[in-house]
Amino acid sequence: MAVFCAHGSLVMSKLSDSKPNRRGRRRFLRASLLGSLGAALTGKSMAGDQPLEVPSWTRHPGPGVGNTPYGVPSPFEKNVVRRILPWMSASRESSVSFTPLQDLHGIITPSGLHFERHHAGVPAIDPAAHVLAIHGMVERPLKFTLEDLQRFPAVSRVHFIECAGNGALEQHGAQLNGLQFTHGMLSCSEWTGVPLKLLLAEAGLRPTAKWLLAEGADAAAMARSFPVDKALDDALIAYGQNGEMLRPEQGYPLRLVLPGWEGVANVKWLRRIEVGDRPWEMREETATYTDLLPSGKARQFTFVQEAKSVITSPCPEKPLRHKGPVIVTGLAWSGEGRVKRVDVSFDGGRNWQPAKLKGPILSKALTRFEIPWEWHGQEALLQSRTIDETGYVQPSYQQLRALRGTNSMYHNNAIQTWQVRANGEVDNVQLG
Amino acid sequence: MSSWDKLVVHGLLLAGAMAWTGVLAAGESPRYGFGSALSETEISSWDIDVGPDGAGLPPGSGTAAQGEALYLAQCAACHGEFGEGVGRYPALLGTRASLVGERTRKTVGGYWPYATTLWDYINRAMPFGNAQSLSPDQVYALTAYVLALNEIVAEDAVLDAHTLPAVRMPNRDCFVVAKGPDIKAAACMHDCAVPVKVVGRAARLDGATVGE
Repeated sequence: MAVFCAHGSLVMSKLSDSKPNRRGRRRFLRASLLGSLGAALTGKSMAGDQPLEVPSWTRHPGPGVGNTPYGVPSPFEKNVVRRILPWMSASRESSVSFTPLQDLHGIITPSGLHFERHHAGVPAIDPAAHVLAIHGMVERPLKFTLEDLQRFPAVSRVHFIECAGNGALEQHGAQLNGLQFTHGMLSCSEWTGVPLKLLLAEAGLRPTAKWLLAEGADAAAMARSFPVDKALDDALIAYGQNGEMLRPEQGYPLRLVLPGWEGVANVKWLRRIEVGDRPWEMREETATYTDLLPSGKARQFTFVQEAKSVITSPCPEKPLRHKGPVIVTGLAWSGEGRVKRVDVSFDGGRNWQPAKLKGPILSKALTRFEIPWEWHGQEALLQSRTIDETGYVQPSYQQLRALRGTNSMYHNNAIQTWQVRANGEVDNVQLG
Repeated sequence: MSSWDKLVVHGLLLAGAMAWTGVLAAGESPRYGFGSALSETEISSWDIDVGPDGAGLPPGSGTAAQGEALYLAQCAACHGEFGEGVGRYPALLGTRASLVGERTRKTVGGYWPYATTLWDYINRAMPFGNAQSLSPDQVYALTAYVLALNEIVAEDAVLDAHTLPAVRMPNRDCFVVAKGPDIKAAACMHDCAVPVKVVGRAARLDGATVGE
């Protein structure tokens, strides 16, 4: 504080000592007005054997503290946004937006870029008017306000959430030429909240309890059944996301987090948990989110998002621009636990090399990997394949389709192929 | 502190300790006593779910004939006059034949395993944009109408809390509960016998920035 104040007074004295004249003011105004050109000029001077420009922002202070009480990204990052496929669904209220994985670093997804999947839009919930009810096969039916829930000891855990439909369009064949659309129904946050088992202990589970129903307060009253074992294992009633309260799009003020399980089971805007002895057979666990097999039979309660990985650079949105050494990087994750290994192939899966896993390697969280590569303009077929701590190996499209055909739609965790062309551009392709 | 006071304090501490250990013995987690009791009235106002056995179905009844006008007024704009679906809104009409082949469709008639799910979903989420506005009689009538469209119940069938759970959906036995991973792949490292010919290429990057 003392240093800051001294610095401040120094600036003040400098300003007051300097005798601004017309010329000085003109220069100041010119610099301000031409500020947007600074970048271009700087770019130009960096390209040649010229002195480096001292840009306007180095000469004149920008806005002071408190200018943006809630900070927003630089305007130069305006392309790092969620995107939608306007033709994909009947209405925006029941649709999905995709996370720009191609532009993100590390393993945490900024809360404002977490993918969205809503069944009837985003409810505008006043937390003071919201309670979580727990009833059914319990000794003591209870309701909890947000304030009640925040009295419990909180836990914070980093977990990915992936929509069961992530990559669904690709199961028929390569469709969309962008990582954001092939894999962007995937995000990873630090979730903070109360372990569900604590709340169930308050209510007292009856011995007959086998299944729970979680229901949202949205206009779909979106509801899903899940087994009591998960509730007593790592289920979390989350109110925090990446250090702040949940975003409205992510369930504000409460969402169920079932680590590693398909996104739809992580019920947002959670208002009610009922305890019972069998699943409720809700629409979103029968008519949808069931995996139709070639025989006409369907797999149900396919909760776990099995091990999967994808190269995030290069990718269609991030072509190769420089020949020579390239760091190939990507993300791997498993709903069963930790990522144990990621292999990368540059020849379409004929030969593989283990990539380096970059920490932290957390259970049911995104894990970043990288591998060095030399690119000299050759065409290449890039793939990544992960193995999780259970030994499960991410399958190829051939292996996935051999069992599931092309219409199971959900839980497509097949190996992605990026074709690098001679000009460095990258395409989403499938091999056969 | 008098000896009487000491006795009371001691007794309270003892009672507290007993309650604590008693709770811990019954379950894994301690109890904090946070939250408040949820009354029967409160439960019944929110407890809208209906199970496959019919648990949760309220009194009331309806027939397809009673549901027709309501369906045309509140449902047909999205689902089509005959349940065929408009645009990308879901079709309600179909058979199990649409579950195999190149282009599959999952409809109420062809895919849904339980009739109770239809009642539950209409009641909780329909009509889209005005959810939880229908009376139990109206939901029974709409359920009957959609099932009759699919020729699963007769036009004059009366659906209520007893008859609805007894409706047998054509695709009832075609769901298999997943038990662990279905695919067992191996991690070949060198000279793997895999096809490397490009047989499919993404046609487009076709997204819009949200808010555009």
